[in-house]
Amino acid sequence: MTQYLLAVHSSADDYDRSFEEMQPVFETVDRFNQKLVADGIWVFGGGLERIEAATTVDGTNGQTLVIDGPYLETKEYLGGFWVIEAPDLETAHRIALEASEACGGKVEVRPFQAE
Amino acid sequence: MTQSSDLRAEIDRIYREEYGRVVASLARRFGDLDIAEDAAAEALVKAVERWPDDGIPPNPGGWLTTTAANGAIDRIRRESLRDTKHQAAMMITDDTPHEPTGPVEDDRLRLVFTCCHPALAPEARVALTLRLLGGLTVEEIARAFLVAETTMAQRITRAKAKIKAAHIPYRVPERDDVTDRLGAVLAVIYLVFNEGYLSSAGDDPVRTELTAEAIRLGRILRQLLPEEGEVAGLLALMLLSEARRTARFAGGELVTLDEQDRSGWDRTLIAEGHALVRECLARVASGSAAPGAYQIMAAINAVHTDTQDHRDTDWSQIVALYDQLYAVSPTPIIALNRAVAVAELDGPDVALAIVDSLDLSGYHAWHAARADLLRRLGRSAEARTEYDAAIAATQNPAETAYLSRRRAHLVDPNA
Repeated sequence: MTQYLLAVHSSADDYDRSFEEMQPVFETVDRFNQKLVADGIWVFGGGLERIEAATTVDGTNGQTLVIDGPYLETKEYLGGFWVIEAPDLETAHRIALEASEACGGKVEVRPFQAE
Repeated sequence: MTQSSDLRAEIDRIYREEYGRVVASLARRFGDLDIAEDAAAEALVKAVERWPDDGIPPNPGGWLTTTAANGAIDRIRRESLRDTKHQAAMMITDDTPHEPTGPVEDDRLRLVFTCCHPALAPEARVALTLRLLGGLTVEEIARAFLVAETTMAQRITRAKAKIKAAHIPYRVPERDDVTDRLGAVLAVIYLVFNEGYLSSAGDDPVRTELTAEAIRLGRILRQLLPEEGEVAGLLALMLLSEARRTARFAGGELVTLDEQDRSGWDRTLIAEGHALVRECLARVASGSAAPGAYQIMAAINAVHTDTQDHRDTDWSQIVALYDQLYAVSPTPIIALNRAVAVAELDGPDVALAIVDSLDLSGYHAWHAARADLLRRLGRSAEARTEYDAAIAATQNPAETAYLSRRRAHLVDPNA
């Protein structure tokens, strides 16, 4: 079994949508999550706060730097993710397809490195 | 001396013929492409050592597979002394029978779906298929696609690394997905064929090693999936095109269908292609799925190769098939080919109106078709400009020669 990251990227516009608009999405994602748990596929997952809440910390070169904002300035940021367990990429793709339908966004699939 | 070099050539031929089978079998068994490839290469070294003395074994493919598998196990044993955990993972006993139990069980079929997986970049799919199933060397593939050997090696290495890291499985897709996924496999084979049939660059107008390889892969696929109409269609399309290969060139110049010496066509390939097209038609008539693009293109080529004289071509049938093809695959390039057939049926003026409506000004064949229609309509000055544009847009030397001759034969309106 391999662990895969299913990453969903979001823009500021996505966060600006109203609660009423987002409510059905939350419900669909919640049902999808419960299914993942029931099928033993779920490892971890969740949605992230908007990018303004991000801080970048740098401890390289013996320094201690705490900087407001994300590591890279882009239009879209990681908005949420799942970590799942699957036997191979095709299975991961099938789960990612369901994830994409549930959350209404494109899903990037990346395998974790083997230990 | 001659005898030993003959034997070496024979060993190389067998090795290339069996390479895909050996690698596919080992990839399934050991779950690792590098192990499979290294072991196949070592088996070749052993064959070159032993076969001159022992003679070529009665089942050389089986010998190569067994020798390679034993070599792989030895290597895993050696390495596992350093890493016992690895050993546990790799020393799984092989409980699946080695004899193919049916076409769908063929290891090569699993491997071709892995090589043509949509998670891989299209150019990597082509390279991997030629390397792992075709047994072409990295150098040969690099030469065929005119890229540096290091670039091609990197492309293949990256794709193999992704297969390994992301766990792309060695598996024939499930029935629901097989049609989509088969499309990717057929696209790779057709791309290899087309690059050989009218190469986009380089000094050779045709690369027979690529057309031959595509046909060989097409035959393997046909053997593995005999019921798939599109597989038969693609093979027929390639055979009917290949049959005309030698007649397509004279003195380094492209010869169009209407001017080809039809006695130079390969009748055996045509007969084989026609039989496949008839089989597809029968399958469609018996209520199977509607024919896809490859079957329709094969049917068009079957009509073209059905007559001894270009003037006897059944153009209404060709146009009807192009209508069908356009319905399946509405691309401007198909509309352009359809227009060329319409010119024969309804005249060059009707065809020119269709051609002019297409947004293909970067495509050499669009300019060439337009030039020819203008020439037939007696609009020489415009035709000349179009021939120039076509020549500028093509890199194929034989096509340039053909277009230049046509341009030179235009009636000069100022003369």
